[in-house]
Amino acid sequence: MPATETILFVSLCYIGVLFGVAYYGDKRADRGRSIINSPYVYALSLAVYCTAWTFYGSVGRAVRSGPGFLSIYIGPTLMATLGWLILRKILRISRIHRINSIADFISSRYGKSMTLGGVVTVIAVLGIVPYISIQLKAISTSFLLLHTYEGSPANVHFGNLSIFKDTAFYVAFILAVFAVIFGARKPEATERHEGLVAAIALESVVKLMAFLAVGVFVTYGIYNGFGDLFSRAEQMPEVSRLFTLEQRPGTYTDWTIYIFLSMLAIVLLPRQFQVSVIENVNEDHLKKAIWLFPLYMVAINVFVLPVAIAGTIELSNHGVDADTFVLQLPLIHDKSHLALLVFLGGMSAATSMVIVETIALSTMISNNLVMPILLHIPALKLNRRNDLSSWLMAIRHAAVVVTILLGYIYFRQTAEYYPLVAIGLVSFAAVAQFAPALLGGIFWKGGTKAGALSGLIAGFIVWLYTLVLPTMTDTGLISHSFIQLGPFGWDWLRPFHLFGLAGFDSISHGVFWSLLANTGAYVGVSLFSKQSALGHTQATMFVDVYRLSQETQETLVWRGTAFIPDLKSLLERFLGKERTEEALNEYAQIHHVDWNRSPTADASFVAHVEKLLAGAIGSASARVMVASVVKEELLGIQEVMDIVDETRQVIIYSRKLERATDELKAANERLKELDRLKDDFISTVSHELRTPLTAIQSIAEILRDYPDTQKEEQSNFLEIMINEIHRLSRLINQVLDFQKIESGKMQWNIKPLDMIKVVQDAVDATRQLVTDKDMLMTVHLPENIPTITGDRDRLIQAMVNLISNAVKFCEPQTGQITVNLYQRYNKLHIKVTDNGIGINESDQQVIFKQFRQVATSGRGRPQGTGLGLAITRRIVEFHAGKIAVESELGKGSAFNIILPIEKL
Amino acid sequence: MTAEAIRTKRLIGLFLLGYLLFNYPLISLVNLPARVGGIPILYAYIFGVWIVIIILVALVSSKDSRAPR
Repeated sequence: MPATETILFVSLCYIGVLFGVAYYGDKRADRGRSIINSPYVYALSLAVYCTAWTFYGSVGRAVRSGPGFLSIYIGPTLMATLGWLILRKILRISRIHRINSIADFISSRYGKSMTLGGVVTVIAVLGIVPYISIQLKAISTSFLLLHTYEGSPANVHFGNLSIFKDTAFYVAFILAVFAVIFGARKPEATERHEGLVAAIALESVVKLMAFLAVGVFVTYGIYNGFGDLFSRAEQMPEVSRLFTLEQRPGTYTDWTIYIFLSMLAIVLLPRQFQVSVIENVNEDHLKKAIWLFPLYMVAINVFVLPVAIAGTIELSNHGVDADTFVLQLPLIHDKSHLALLVFLGGMSAATSMVIVETIALSTMISNNLVMPILLHIPALKLNRRNDLSSWLMAIRHAAVVVTILLGYIYFRQTAEYYPLVAIGLVSFAAVAQFAPALLGGIFWKGGTKAGALSGLIAGFIVWLYTLVLPTMTDTGLISHSFIQLGPFGWDWLRPFHLFGLAGFDSISHGVFWSLLANTGAYVGVSLFSKQSALGHTQATMFVDVYRLSQETQETLVWRGTAFIPDLKSLLERFLGKERTEEALNEYAQIHHVDWNRSPTADASFVAHVEKLLAGAIGSASARVMVASVVKEELLGIQEVMDIVDETRQVIIYSRKLERATDELKAANERLKELDRLKDDFISTVSHELRTPLTAIQSIAEILRDYPDTQKEEQSNFLEIMINEIHRLSRLINQVLDFQKIESGKMQWNIKPLDMIKVVQDAVDATRQLVTDKDMLMTVHLPENIPTITGDRDRLIQAMVNLISNAVKFCEPQTGQITVNLYQRYNKLHIKVTDNGIGINESDQQVIFKQFRQVATSGRGRPQGTGLGLAITRRIVEFHAGKIAVESELGKGSAFNIILPIEKL
Repeated sequence: MTAEAIRTKRLIGLFLLGYLLFNYPLISLVNLPARVGGIPILYAYIFGVWIVIIILVALVSSKDSRAPR
């Protein structure tokens, strides 16, 4: 037997190593070099599932009921198989919403409800404290066994052990210190505790090694392998019964319910949620963990039956508690080093569970229970305090200490009466109550807050009645008749046989009824209650977490704006100045925000602040705090529906698609039209160029071939040639002008100008044209007129175009052209009227387009390019003016240019 | 179908397989006081199925899921 000093020394060394590893892990993390960023470490940290209950209790359970203990590890294996479906979704949701505990998850899902978070926390604490107590009991028992061992197996009793002689008390104290140092370092509970996880992974290795060592020793050291062990066992009927499940009615039902219960537990236990969700570094680690973790469970279970059999064979007639076989076997075989290793293995199993569970619970207690209450007590004036982060940390540290202390007190009061496994299973049943609300909540949008609350409460009450109340009889708080006959003799209310249900053991009976009540209430009430706008939004964001993009997630909830300084001071109060700066800079870098540009924050920034806060104080409190500085209200239910409703989204998309298609069609039409116009342009221009060219060519040929034509005729021909050349150059100029205007390359020479002068000049320029054809041109100009700014030459060009057009369409001799300039209101009107052939009403629309020439019957092809009016229109439009035509066939036309006079 | 969706479906299939093999009535077939290779048949069955499921999960999750041809 090892000396007490040795045990203490080794234990202290072990704890020292744990502190060292955790410290090293944190240091590395601070320098950005994570040591836990590996699927293997992740899988090992999941093995925190295997507690002292596994280490000592599995053997105890195997001795009592054979292979039944395996169901507790088969369930998690099956759930791990589904991990890619369920756990990954929980992981993704938690990351996006900065969830920091299971209570926060459920509260956030159902509209960030404080009540729900509180209820979940209460259930978790009540359910888990006994579980913590059995870990402390295991440590205490194993230590007592080891150092009081007198050469023969015996049971230990700590009924009269003083607290100060109890190892569990000191261990509890050290664990509290460890959890405070490494588990609650920063106000943000979403922050990973890398050192802690490293230590937990190490503990998982130690407990597995220790158990394998004792297993190998028993199987191959005491016996000659599995075959030898099992054939000896077969000789003894009381041992060989362990080969099969218990032969009693309901044994398969119990087996199935245990598998189901442990499936839920692996997701819902606060410590599992902590290591698998909060401490997860990379979602991809799941891929390996979903088979590594089951492999770990296989390994730690392989030797349970051999140890149980060996223990029964060698120790059963000493009346020793089967929960201690693992430690007693090496002891009675005088293997004190092995016994010490087993002791350490058991301690690692117990301490890892206590540490992680307490940290998870302390986050819940501080964020979902204490903080909301404190924020609601006006007398404390917490809203006005500048630095709440130290408060937050103090509450969390206190919660750690209180949880461990409660565990210890519970152990001292009651744990002696119960085997490890029984208490563990009652805890499993407690956390299983979160299943409908949580698992339902991530797959079913219809679950409402009222539904979740009634489900939780119904399940909790049944759990208390069927599983917790009966345990109180052994401590003398409740009479035995209550259990056997039911309250007031109503036998249908017997806690172990509710409504007369028989054939279940007490645990599966309680699990069945509580989960039935829970699920029934959850679904039923959800179907008949309405969701708040926020609840609806959260439901969609949780269920459709893969479908909705990050941006949608961030902008959905807040429409209101807030002032950045307000938000910043809010963050500073909970996170501290330094961390706030850091977080905001990070945000600014990612979103390219300049804080100095505008003092108001947009919706996505408000949402971001809320999430940062949620990481520290939970989503429900964060919501309240942010709401206190944000000015506007929530989105209305209808708007939320509009945005998040699936069909709505589809409709919106298809509408957008339709609009885009229409736009494309229009653009296509326009392109076709332009293409056609280009063709017209080229054919007209080449045609127009060829006509004068042909004329010049033929005249030149005549002059060459008949050099002796009369002088008079010669000069006549030359005159025509010159005219045609003028026409050519005019045409080319017009084409160039038009092209310049169209492509925006025209150089405009803008100056203040007097329109009287412009009109006068245009009239003078065309005077010759008019008198050549014996037409009459009258000009009416006002005395004076406001100056406008514009390009003089282009305006003259526009006027000349109109006057020469008028000349073209009037009969020589009788043609009368009138040019009017006058001011009406703040507009200048320039009117060119003629008594020519007039323009068809349908043609009036198109004459301003390029290359539209009105085919005029009887007069043949009109002269000109068809560009004149198009150019005129462009010039007028450049001056912000308008051009219009009034005309009647046979009576003449009137072109009216209207130019605005700028107000000075 | 995406690689993710295929992987998820295969894992759900394995879950159903495991659930079936580990539960009544199949487990009752091996709930016998006999031994195979020196090992109680129920244990041999449970650990055997367990290991097979783990190997299959490892194969499905580590391999690049390609659509079955």
